[in-house]
Amino acid sequence: MNGFFDIPSDLQHSYGGLIAVHMQEALVPVLAGLLLALPVGLLCVRHGWLYAPLLWTSTVLYAIPSIAFFVVLIDYTGLTQLTVMIPLCLYSLVVLVPAVVDGIRSVPEETNAAASAMGIGLARRYLQVQLPIAVPAITAGLRVAVASSISLVSVGALIGNQGGLGNLLTTAQLYGRPRLAVSSVVTTAVLAIVIDALLVLLRRVLTPWQPPSGRAAGRSGATPADPAAHTAEGAS
Amino acid sequence: MAGSGHRLIRLRTLVHVIAPRAGKAVPEGFRRLIAIEDVSKRYADGTVAVDRLSLQIPDHSITVLVGPSGCGKTTTLRMINRMIEPSSGTIRVGGEDVRARPVNTLRRSMGYVIQNAGLFQHRTVLDNIATVPRLLGWSRQRARERAAELMERVGLDPAMARRYPYQLSGGQQQRVGVARALAADPPILLMDEPFSAVDPVVRRSLQEELLRIQGELGKAIVFVTHDMDEAITIGDRIAVLRTGGRLAQFAAPDEILSSPADPFVEEFLGSDRGIRGLSFLSTRDLELDRSRVFPVGSDRREMSGRAPEGAPVLVTDADGRPLGWADPGSWDGNVEALEPYGPVFEVGRDSLRVALDRTVLSPTGQAVGVDGSGKVLGVAGQETVAAAIRSARRRRAADAPQEAPAVKAGR
Repeated sequence: MNGFFDIPSDLQHSYGGLIAVHMQEALVPVLAGLLLALPVGLLCVRHGWLYAPLLWTSTVLYAIPSIAFFVVLIDYTGLTQLTVMIPLCLYSLVVLVPAVVDGIRSVPEETNAAASAMGIGLARRYLQVQLPIAVPAITAGLRVAVASSISLVSVGALIGNQGGLGNLLTTAQLYGRPRLAVSSVVTTAVLAIVIDALLVLLRRVLTPWQPPSGRAAGRSGATPADPAAHTAEGAS
Repeated sequence: MAGSGHRLIRLRTLVHVIAPRAGKAVPEGFRRLIAIEDVSKRYADGTVAVDRLSLQIPDHSITVLVGPSGCGKTTTLRMINRMIEPSSGTIRVGGEDVRARPVNTLRRSMGYVIQNAGLFQHRTVLDNIATVPRLLGWSRQRARERAAELMERVGLDPAMARRYPYQLSGGQQQRVGVARALAADPPILLMDEPFSAVDPVVRRSLQEELLRIQGELGKAIVFVTHDMDEAITIGDRIAVLRTGGRLAQFAAPDEILSSPADPFVEEFLGSDRGIRGLSFLSTRDLELDRSRVFPVGSDRREMSGRAPEGAPVLVTDADGRPLGWADPGSWDGNVEALEPYGPVFEVGRDSLRVALDRTVLSPTGQAVGVDGSGKVLGVAGQETVAAAIRSARRRRAADAPQEAPAVKAGR
């Protein structure tokens, strides 16, 4: 374990500090991407023709290597965290926009019709009916976007130590300390797993209305297939 | 009072002159609540969903829109609460053009029940029902109290209040759908094929429940279905629409069954409209034969003496409940040896349709009529039922002009 948590001083951060920087650089772009994807996704659902070109554009952006982005962005934003986060935000859109669109489309037709028939306006319907029902699809997208973002942050090491834990990789080469590289990789992986678990937990908390899947299904008292519930219905 | 009555008579005469059918369409004493006046819906591609439709929908009654798919029945329903805007024509509710009010205010004043219930899956049963009251600005607590009250009205166990829709059966979900539509006590209830997706047994109980609730609340209900049986079961008035969105007939169910307006309606009714029409005739005045009913232990000679020659007799227990059929010539008094009497009908409650059905099912061709407690009142054969049908028809024809809205026999 010697040297695993012992970070060279030229990185100007402790082990914990590097984790904090890494998380910030990974999560802020995904959050920004989500805030962007929510209205964009709604627009794509309301105006179907928008979706294909938008998806196409975000896929092309995703295909551009981050290094290329950095080269362009350095002129404007310099060797800063922002230069790392802008491409990450754009990358997250390729997952998040389809997630939001799928989520909104997963709202059953009769639920939308019922909402409209009860006099629930468009904005209210989006916020109070469609978004809550879209939560499972959106969190599924978030999990992919966050995992990918956490791993991609390390590339930032190439533009003046803006790669969070990724900086340990360059330092490991510089000082010939392979343990630092192992530390970087393992810590990044653990972070990704922990955040993923937190997102799963978040989804569970936000969606108590979802049928428990798989083996847990037998637990609940009255699923639609439950014969007891059915008999009660017939008798009443 | 006299003045308004006078005006009403003149109005009715006027309506009668302009459109005899529309005049007959609204029974005496019922206020026209929704007036659909010459309404059409054409789409950009040229399809005509509804074609110059005029309907007067009365208060305190169930009006059913029925027809094959593509007849514009759902379109018509959705034009009432402006989920679809008509291309031409006017719809008035209580005399006021539906376009006069902001659309969401209008919709909150009408309950809406949809196929598959369309519940909000992310909200509990209680919060689903409380939706419209909350939109109308009620406090959360008051809305939930109201919701709990409605759960009781539609026959839902209060223990379900905190459940989510996935935990309910299809029929229970539809009950929640009805409760949700009734939550703000709207005068109008729009129902779009609400019971189409549940199995026949549950549908039956939902229909009975709806009739019960309607008996208590007396809303103006507009009910869309493609099922003529359902229309006949629950409708006070039925509007039959044909493909292309034109009105084929608008009348009470028994009138549609006994005199369909044209071959289309006749075909839509199916091949057994005569039998189905019997649902509206009561067994109350059926002439039951008591001469063939004997309590167990009766003298054999008395049996063969009183009953018609060679005809089977019905043996009952000491309390008058049926045991089975016996041939008075050969029966040895053993209850085990009796022939089963089959299903019975309840006199006064069941319709002549049920009585006729029981004669068909009976091994002797004689149906057993019982009272509410299951005691035999007498038996009736197919000829007796046929005679009752003829006399009921004659009475009905004589009564027709001052006929009150048809009161349905239970089943």
